Amino acid sequence: MSVLERRGSEGRISAWFDHPTVRALRRNPSAVAGAVVVATLALLAVVGPILAPYDPNAQHLDNRLQGPSFAHPLGTDQLGRDVATRLLYGARITLGIAVLITAVRLTIGVAVGLVAGYCGGWVDETLMRVVDVLLAFPGIVLALVVAGILGPSLTNLVLALAVVGWTRYARIVRSSVLELRERPFVAASRLTGAPRRRVLRRHVLPNVAGPVVVLATLDLGGVVLAAAGLSFLGLGAQPPTPEWGTMLSTGRHHLREASWLVNAPGLAIVLAVLGTNLLGDGLRDALDPNDRTERGGQTEVTRD
Amino acid sequence: MSYVLRRIASSTVVLFGVTVLTYGLIHLTPGDPARTVLAERQGRQPDEETVREFRAEQGLDDPVPVQYANWLGDALRGDLGRSYYGEGDVLDLLVAHLPNTIELAGASVLVAVAIALPAGVISAVYRDTWIDYASQIVSLLGLSMPNFWLGYLLIIGGALRLGVFPVYGAGTLAHLVLPAITLGTGMAAVLTRLVRSSLLETLEEPYVDAARSRGLAERGVVVAHALRTALLPVVTMIGLQLGAVLGGAVVVEVVFQRPGLGTLLVDAVFARDFPVIQGVTLLVGVTFVAVNLLTDLAYRRLDPRISIGGGGA
Repeated sequence: MSVLERRGSEGRISAWFDHPTVRALRRNPSAVAGAVVVATLALLAVVGPILAPYDPNAQHLDNRLQGPSFAHPLGTDQLGRDVATRLLYGARITLGIAVLITAVRLTIGVAVGLVAGYCGGWVDETLMRVVDVLLAFPGIVLALVVAGILGPSLTNLVLALAVVGWTRYARIVRSSVLELRERPFVAASRLTGAPRRRVLRRHVLPNVAGPVVVLATLDLGGVVLAAAGLSFLGLGAQPPTPEWGTMLSTGRHHLREASWLVNAPGLAIVLAVLGTNLLGDGLRDALDPNDRTERGGQTEVTRD
Repeated sequence: MSYVLRRIASSTVVLFGVTVLTYGLIHLTPGDPARTVLAERQGRQPDEETVREFRAEQGLDDPVPVQYANWLGDALRGDLGRSYYGEGDVLDLLVAHLPNTIELAGASVLVAVAIALPAGVISAVYRDTWIDYASQIVSLLGLSMPNFWLGYLLIIGGALRLGVFPVYGAGTLAHLVLPAITLGTGMAAVLTRLVRSSLLETLEEPYVDAARSRGLAERGVVVAHALRTALLPVVTMIGLQLGAVLGGAVVVEVVFQRPGLGTLLVDAVFARDFPVIQGVTLLVGVTFVAVNLLTDLAYRRLDPRISIGGGGA
C-alpha cells in the first residue's frame, strides 16, 4: 500500500481516502468486499490470540472430536484442542508466512528487474536466462523439491516458495524499466549526471510500483494456496503448530466422524484467497482501467 | 521452418538449465544422503564402513560437477540410475507411475474444458446479467479453492455419504472421477474467465459486426465466427496451465492415495531418494518444456495472422 500512501499527499487518512485509485476501488463492490475480508483476516491475525478463549495446544483427551457446541463453536480435534482457537492462532502463521513469502519474492524480483533493465547487456541476458529456466518448470513442484531437500520446516518453506516465485516481478519491472529509460524525464535526469541509484529511486521505482503492487496482491492468494498445500504435504509447519494446511492434513484422518476438522481450515483458506483475489482484481482495474489484455493473464498469476 | 528450429534449440538450452538447477539443488544442500538412506534401510545408525561403501557405489565421493556430468551422460543414454532403496531402476519406476498421472491430467483437462467452454460462452453472451455474475462468482470460488480441501469435500460427499465412488486408489474409471473433478475445477475457473473475456473482445471486432450486418443470427455469429478466434488464447492457456496441473496432481494424488508421479516424488523427497527425485523432476521438466513448445507452435498454426515461415519472432 506504500504507493497509495505516498501519493495520498502527506499521508492524511482523508486525503488517502480521496485518492483516485482508492476512489475507483470504493466504487467497485467486489473490491470493497475483498478489502473487507482481507482487513478482517489481518485484524484477526493480530488480535486473534487475545480473542481466543483457549490455549491452542492444550490437550483434553477426554474431550476429543467433539462437534460444534457453545463451549467449542468449531468443535475440538483429535487431541481435544479447541479448533476455533487454533484457527485464530493459525491466521497469524498462515497469513504471516504468505505475506513474508510475497515480500521476499517482490524484493528479489524488483531488484533483479531493475538491474537487468537498467544495466542491459550481458547482465540482462544472464538474468533473463535464469528467469527462463525457472519459468520452464512448474513452480510448486520445484518448491516441493527445494523444501523437501532442505528439510521440512516453516523457514525452508518460505525460502523454497520465495526462490521459485520472483520471476514474474522481475519480468514486469524489467519491461517497465526498458520503457521508462527512453522517456524524456528519465533521460533528462540521467543527462544531468544524477547517480544511477538516484535515477532508479526517484524516477523509475515510483513508476513501476503500481503494476508491482497489483501483481503482489494477486500473487498473495496463490502463495496462501501454495504454502498451505506444501504444509498439507508435510513440508511446512510441523504439528502441533496450528497452521491451516497442517491442521487440514492432520484432520483428514477423521473424515468420517469429524469433518469439521478439514472443513474449518479449508474454509479459512478459501476466505483468505478469495479476499486477496477480489482485492487484487479490483486494484488492477482501478490502476489501469483500460488494460484488457491482462484479464487473461491475471488468472495465471493467482494459481501456480 | 527456421523459427521451429530456433524454438527447439532454445528449449533444449532451457531444459539443460533445468537439469543443472535441480541437480545442483539436490546435491549441494547440506546433509549426507548416504547416512540418511542407510539409517532408514537398516533401522539403525550405519557404521563407517557401510557409509563408505555406499558413497563409493553411488559415486557420491566425486565433486558435484563430475557427478552431474556422469548423471547427464547416463541420462542421455536412457539410464537414470537406481533408487537408493533398491526399488529398482528409476526409469522403470517412472514408466510404472506415469500412466496414472497422464490419465489424471488428461481427465482433468477434459473436465475443465467441459465446464469452461459452455460457462464462458454463456457468461459472455449474457454479459452483465445474473447468469454472468453467478458464473463469475463460481469461477472465483474455484480459483480460491485449495484442491486438497475440495478433494476431501468430494470424498466426504461422493464416497463416504453417497458411497458411489471408491475413496482411494486408482485403476478403474470410478477411481478417476473424484480426482479429475478435484484437479479440473481450478483449471475450469481459469479457463471460464479467459473464454468469457476473449469472446467479449472478439465480439467487438469489425469482422464480427460485418457478419451481424449480413443478417446472421447472433447464435451463428458467436459459434461460426467469433468462437474460433476467441479460443486461440484458450489453447495457449491450456498449455500454460500444464504446470499448475502437474503441481496440483501431486497434491491430488496424495489426497486420493493414487500411485502416480506425484506420490512417487513426495515419497522420494521425504526419503531423500536422490536418483528418483532427479528422475521425476527431469521428466516433469521435459514434459513442461515440450508442451510449451508444442502450444506455441500450435498457436502459430491456428492463428492465420501469424505466419511461421515469415519474419519469425
